[in-house]
Amino acid sequence: MKQVKTLVKTRRDSVIAFGIVIVAYIVLQTMNMTGGISNTISGLLVPICAYIVMAVSLNLTVGILGELSLGHAGFMSVGAFTGIVVTTVLAQSVPFPMLRLAIAMVVAAFAAAIVGVIVGVPVLRLKGDYLAIVTLAFGEIIKNIINVLYIGMDDHGLHFSLVKQTFTLNEGGSMIINGPIGVSGIDKISTFTAGFVLILVTLFVVLNLINSRHGRAVMAVRDNNIAADSIGISTTRYKLMAFVISAALAGMAGTLYAMNYSTITAAKFDFNLSILVLVFVVLGGLGNIWGSIIAAALLTVLPELLRALNFNDYRMLVYAILLIALMLFNNSGAKQKLLDRIALRKERKGKKQPKEVA
Amino acid sequence: MISNLIAGLSLGSIYAIIALGYTMVYGIAKMLNFAHGDVIMVGGYMCFCATFYLGWPPAMGILLAIIVCTLLGVVIERLAYKPLRRAPALAVLITAIGVSYFLQNAALLIWTANPKTFTSVVGSGSVKIGGLQITHVTIVTILVCVIIMAVLVWFTSKTKMGTAMRAVSEDKDAAQLMGINVNTTISVTFAIGSGLAAVAGVLMLSAYPMLVPTTGSMPGIKAFTAAVFGGIGSIPGALLGGILLGIIEIFSKAYISQELSDAIVFAVLIIVLLVKPAGLLGKQIREKV
Amino acid sequence: MALLEVTDLGISFGGLRAVDELNMHIDEGALVGLIGPNGAGKTTVFNMLTGVYRPTDGGIRLAGENIVGKKPHEICKMGIARTFQNIRLFNKLSVLDNVKAGFHNEVTYSLAESLFHLGSYRKKEKLMDERAEEILRVFDLDQQKDYKAANLPYGKQRKLEIARALATDPKLILLDEPAAGMNPNETAELMETIELVRQRFHVTVLLIEHDMKLVSGICEYLYVLNFGRLLAEGTPSEVLSNPEVVTAYLGD
Repeated sequence: MKQVKTLVKTRRDSVIAFGIVIVAYIVLQTMNMTGGISNTISGLLVPICAYIVMAVSLNLTVGILGELSLGHAGFMSVGAFTGIVVTTVLAQSVPFPMLRLAIAMVVAAFAAAIVGVIVGVPVLRLKGDYLAIVTLAFGEIIKNIINVLYIGMDDHGLHFSLVKQTFTLNEGGSMIINGPIGVSGIDKISTFTAGFVLILVTLFVVLNLINSRHGRAVMAVRDNNIAADSIGISTTRYKLMAFVISAALAGMAGTLYAMNYSTITAAKFDFNLSILVLVFVVLGGLGNIWGSIIAAALLTVLPELLRALNFNDYRMLVYAILLIALMLFNNSGAKQKLLDRIALRKERKGKKQPKEVA
Repeated sequence: MISNLIAGLSLGSIYAIIALGYTMVYGIAKMLNFAHGDVIMVGGYMCFCATFYLGWPPAMGILLAIIVCTLLGVVIERLAYKPLRRAPALAVLITAIGVSYFLQNAALLIWTANPKTFTSVVGSGSVKIGGLQITHVTIVTILVCVIIMAVLVWFTSKTKMGTAMRAVSEDKDAAQLMGINVNTTISVTFAIGSGLAAVAGVLMLSAYPMLVPTTGSMPGIKAFTAAVFGGIGSIPGALLGGILLGIIEIFSKAYISQELSDAIVFAVLIIVLLVKPAGLLGKQIREKV
Repeated sequence: MALLEVTDLGISFGGLRAVDELNMHIDEGALVGLIGPNGAGKTTVFNMLTGVYRPTDGGIRLAGENIVGKKPHEICKMGIARTFQNIRLFNKLSVLDNVKAGFHNEVTYSLAESLFHLGSYRKKEKLMDERAEEILRVFDLDQQKDYKAANLPYGKQRKLEIARALATDPKLILLDEPAAGMNPNETAELMETIELVRQRFHVTVLLIEHDMKLVSGICEYLYVLNFGRLLAEGTPSEVLSNPEVVTAYLGD
């Protein structure tokens, strides 16, 4: 009967989660500075941070709101390209890279939030698998549009176009986003520390939200939307709220991610990326923020580890098999059987050694 | 205009055949089988190997593709999906994604990432009808789609297995109580769906001959869209959705924008779902309060 | 003035007339029963009163204000709360959080305060905790406040639904078969609790029940529905002695 009483221990949980993230950062940063980790892993630090933020924010939609989204990469993309434009524009006026990155992230969050509203209003009227397919559709639409987006800057300011032929810049102007070719020559200002701070901000915001009247309303809608409506919670409003906050965080992750590479294209943020992040969320556990973090970090490092173990050719195959095996193990009853067996063994051991105090 | 319409019909027929497989599997197993698109790719490679390496005639190549894919579908269902029949939908979805990764990466190991050029199974000839040049592939594709559709409608409405399929898709437990073997029925559905995917793969590659391990992904997603478009779970819906999707895609490429054609296809899907939330021919179910 | 005034209310689903020409008049503070055989349309009436269904004809006024065409959450804000025949709790939330969710429009703070736990967040959350525990105590649920709602025994789940509805501070509370699935002892206890709730929270109660004997004990006035139409109304003794009512219940 130990399952019956589930104490709400959110506060303690969040303190632990924060603690572990901080410790992990200090350890990794020290190792990074002293050359204690390989170049591959060191190069993965910023992407891992971005994936963690993506996973935590998607968990807000899938785990806390309970709606399946297959287009999360779309919001990341909006954030990535917004961030690039903002940092390029501010290159002269804001000399400190960290401040420039922070401003870019905030603007990216707003841009992704606006797109989140545009996507969310129609999408959230649908249910279940239909909702999922429409998020997928929006993700593809965002990718396609950014793929034909031309943005440049000259002495007259910023110029936008969706058609290459009509796009012209004055002399001395420079191209920022060049359609399907994407962006090149990005000023790589993302650092592991910036990623770490973003994770902290994300955790802070998401955990706070869950433990608030707004978060409760979102979870009420998830558990039973008709009952939520009956106690005065506007289901559409709170669905949209969770969805938009999730999009905004993904936008910030996008900026962090993009500013870590010298070139980036819209094709990078495709359906497969959305799925990758969804895998993190599901393996980490729905609604389990902490699990999302671990899953995102481990599953990003895993293929690299397999590479290091000379599994290079087979690494993605191994990854696929592990993924299937994990899902089967977790969901087919095999896990329960194993846990029961362990419990039984413990019980037997307990019987052999009589307790000292009766 | 008419030539575009015919091109759209042809592409739409391919989407429709894939979507039929999607929709049948969804109807019966209530799962989004994301690995379905990759079965198309496997079918393509099978036919390619048979005709290119072994020098078999195209008909034998098609047969091999159908047999291998049918077996593959059944094996995938038995190994990966059957243990999860009572699991949350999301777990099954992720498993399907795992299977998709597996097939793609296995293909990558076997056939490498270098594109193979597929030889059309019906030759590269064409006929002239009233000033219009129509390729054999186009004609065969449309014909095959019509035949498959007719056979499927007959199969699901007139045969014992077809009735069992409809019963299982309505209510698995009740069907079981009525003496229907649910496991066999689901296996047969996967077999048919995967066999259809092989046919679609061969037809698609005959028209668009570039074959790589990821060949199946985008058509898979498009066909999935088509199935939802028509009302997922509905066989006529899959046909209608597939054909409309093909026509919309070809027309947007021709008249609006080459690069934005996918975006337009998806935008139409979104608009349709907003007007008819269960797709064109889908049934709307209201929650009881 | 009546708290709830229902005039010529009717609804059709396709060709089916589920409720027809229903008139009800409920005074403030009353405890009224809506009874009738299975399929008489009782829950449909609740669904119209709470905005889940939009009536095809007729009017509903709460304290003189029209509520037809308003959304369920707006009607809740105007003062009608309800429970459900098939229990609808927030299963993954704790018992306490189920009630706190009920305070959604009663104790409020802004989204910024939620995201950053600033301003009145702490004070308001504490207030909610206290008030929620107070309500839970009435239903003898305070010991289980940290349980997941799904893990409560059936009878307690029904009580928690009432507690949650009360948290919205309603003028009128609609209880849909609150005693369904309970044994006679639990039922008797629940009826006492309902009576207590009415006094303590100054709330008007309309409850659905198909066991007539059960409601006649506590209800002051009964409406009897049969095939979507009002068959009889009056005090329990009047209704129980009405031959038409007896026929509807026992058949010919």
